Amino acid sequence: MQPDILMIEDEPNIAEAVRFILSRDGWQVDLHVDGAGGVEAISTRRPRLVILDLMLPNRSGAEILLDLRQAPDASLAATPVLMLTARGDTEAAEQADAVLAKPFDNDELRRLVRRLIRA
Amino acid sequence: MTPARDSGAGPNVLLGTRIRERRMAQDRRQSDVARAVGISPAYLNLIEHNRRPVSAELLEKLAAELQITPEELSEGREEVRIAALREAAAHPVAGDSPPELEQLAEFLARYPGWSELLIAQSRRAASLERQLVDMSDRMTQDPYLLTTMHEVLSAVTSVRSTAAILVEDGEVAPEWRDRFHANLHQDSQRLSVTAQSLVAYLDSFEAEGTAASPQEEVEAWLADGADPAIQLSSDAARQMAAGIGQRLARDRQMLPDQALLDGLRADRDVVALAARLDLPVDLVMRRIVDLQPEGFAGAGLLVCDASGMLTLRRAAKGFALPRPGDSCALWPLFQALAAPQVALAHHVVTTEGRAFATISHSSRRQPLGLHGPWLTEATMLMIPLDGPAPDDALPVGPACRICPRSDCVARREPSILVPQGPRTGL
Repeated sequence: MQPDILMIEDEPNIAEAVRFILSRDGWQVDLHVDGAGGVEAISTRRPRLVILDLMLPNRSGAEILLDLRQAPDASLAATPVLMLTARGDTEAAEQADAVLAKPFDNDELRRLVRRLIRA
Repeated sequence: MTPARDSGAGPNVLLGTRIRERRMAQDRRQSDVARAVGISPAYLNLIEHNRRPVSAELLEKLAAELQITPEELSEGREEVRIAALREAAAHPVAGDSPPELEQLAEFLARYPGWSELLIAQSRRAASLERQLVDMSDRMTQDPYLLTTMHEVLSAVTSVRSTAAILVEDGEVAPEWRDRFHANLHQDSQRLSVTAQSLVAYLDSFEAEGTAASPQEEVEAWLADGADPAIQLSSDAARQMAAGIGQRLARDRQMLPDQALLDGLRADRDVVALAARLDLPVDLVMRRIVDLQPEGFAGAGLLVCDASGMLTLRRAAKGFALPRPGDSCALWPLFQALAAPQVALAHHVVTTEGRAFATISHSSRRQPLGLHGPWLTEATMLMIPLDGPAPDDALPVGPACRICPRSDCVARREPSILVPQGPRTGL
């Protein structure tokens, strides 16, 4: 089943909290926990939105985003991406549709997800 | 023993006279001082009447015994203070309105209290600048610090989101509530351990002289005389030191101490000397820094590969090296990369106003034969100069981030030491 959101995040407690928050709003959230295989996971599951952590093991969120934007499949390349970063990392997330600095407010997360999926 | 330098400007400032004046000011007997430093009273008497030279080693002992710095004893208190004021005046913060250098001696004589204050504040500012540079280096480059900060941020993010769910999201099913409580507990423990280790690590910033990387540890070991008995702390440092030690041994075999000293007596031109001995210029420069013969006291050496990466750093006296990996694009060393086999001579002046004569030379080799890659290595010998910088001295810095020369044409990134904006007057 195609999820609404694919979250690529290696911190299990953050992933669990985000999944809980967004699931309560009715979104179907899948999880991928490693930088390696990130683009493949997006390509296979075709989510409406990707929540991507910048600091990931094996392959950074910035590299995954770059690969995604260069994908030959135009609709895949255009998948909306919400990047989770530390403050000051915004340059690495330039090609993201939105950036959310950690630690974030849960309502701000909900608002951004609604905006990006409806856009 | 190397004779200590004396200004020789006149009988009132001769070294022996200063030793005598200092001893008498402390109301000490000649025989007591002589016994304390391990010489005969007759010999001290000859020294005090400027009839015997004073070795650097003896100068150190006398200075310690007379509770004064060797520099003050050697150059005179006034000369040391004038040099300190000159250094303070050379700081780029003076901008377009440099102090009146020609009136330094008069200023010192008329306002000794203000002079002391200015010198003390200048030294304090320099010390704080060094601390700032060190902190900035660690904050921006230290992998341990970056990883730890990421760990803190992740734990805080989890705590904030999880706590907000429990407090703001209304009814939460008991199994989820238990799970989130366990997550909060886990993250709070993680935060507490990480915070403790972070505080311990930040405390270590205060420990001066701690070698932060294998390269810096090896540099400190080299500066202390490369004693093979000293145990270095990491495998990487030991490996680097072994490589340097082997090269030093080969160099000493090809150009023994006596041959170098004899050669320098006949010809102080390093390039001409290398040609006469039929040895590579870089080898002669390495041996000079290794032996530190008369006329080259405090000499240092920088070596880089074709990428500009510094592969050997032996700081010249008074030349503050940046962190490994940092450099100034204006160092003549890098010009030498573009002109292999040609020696370049330049004067340079640092941001603290210290001047150096430099000789830079690069060479190429093809270790894999005719069709293999060229490997280029450049070497720069730096010899400290006394007094004000020569007019032709090129202003250089340590590295852009810690260099206050805000209008430098070679600047790559902003400095953390001065406010950014248009400024003149290097």
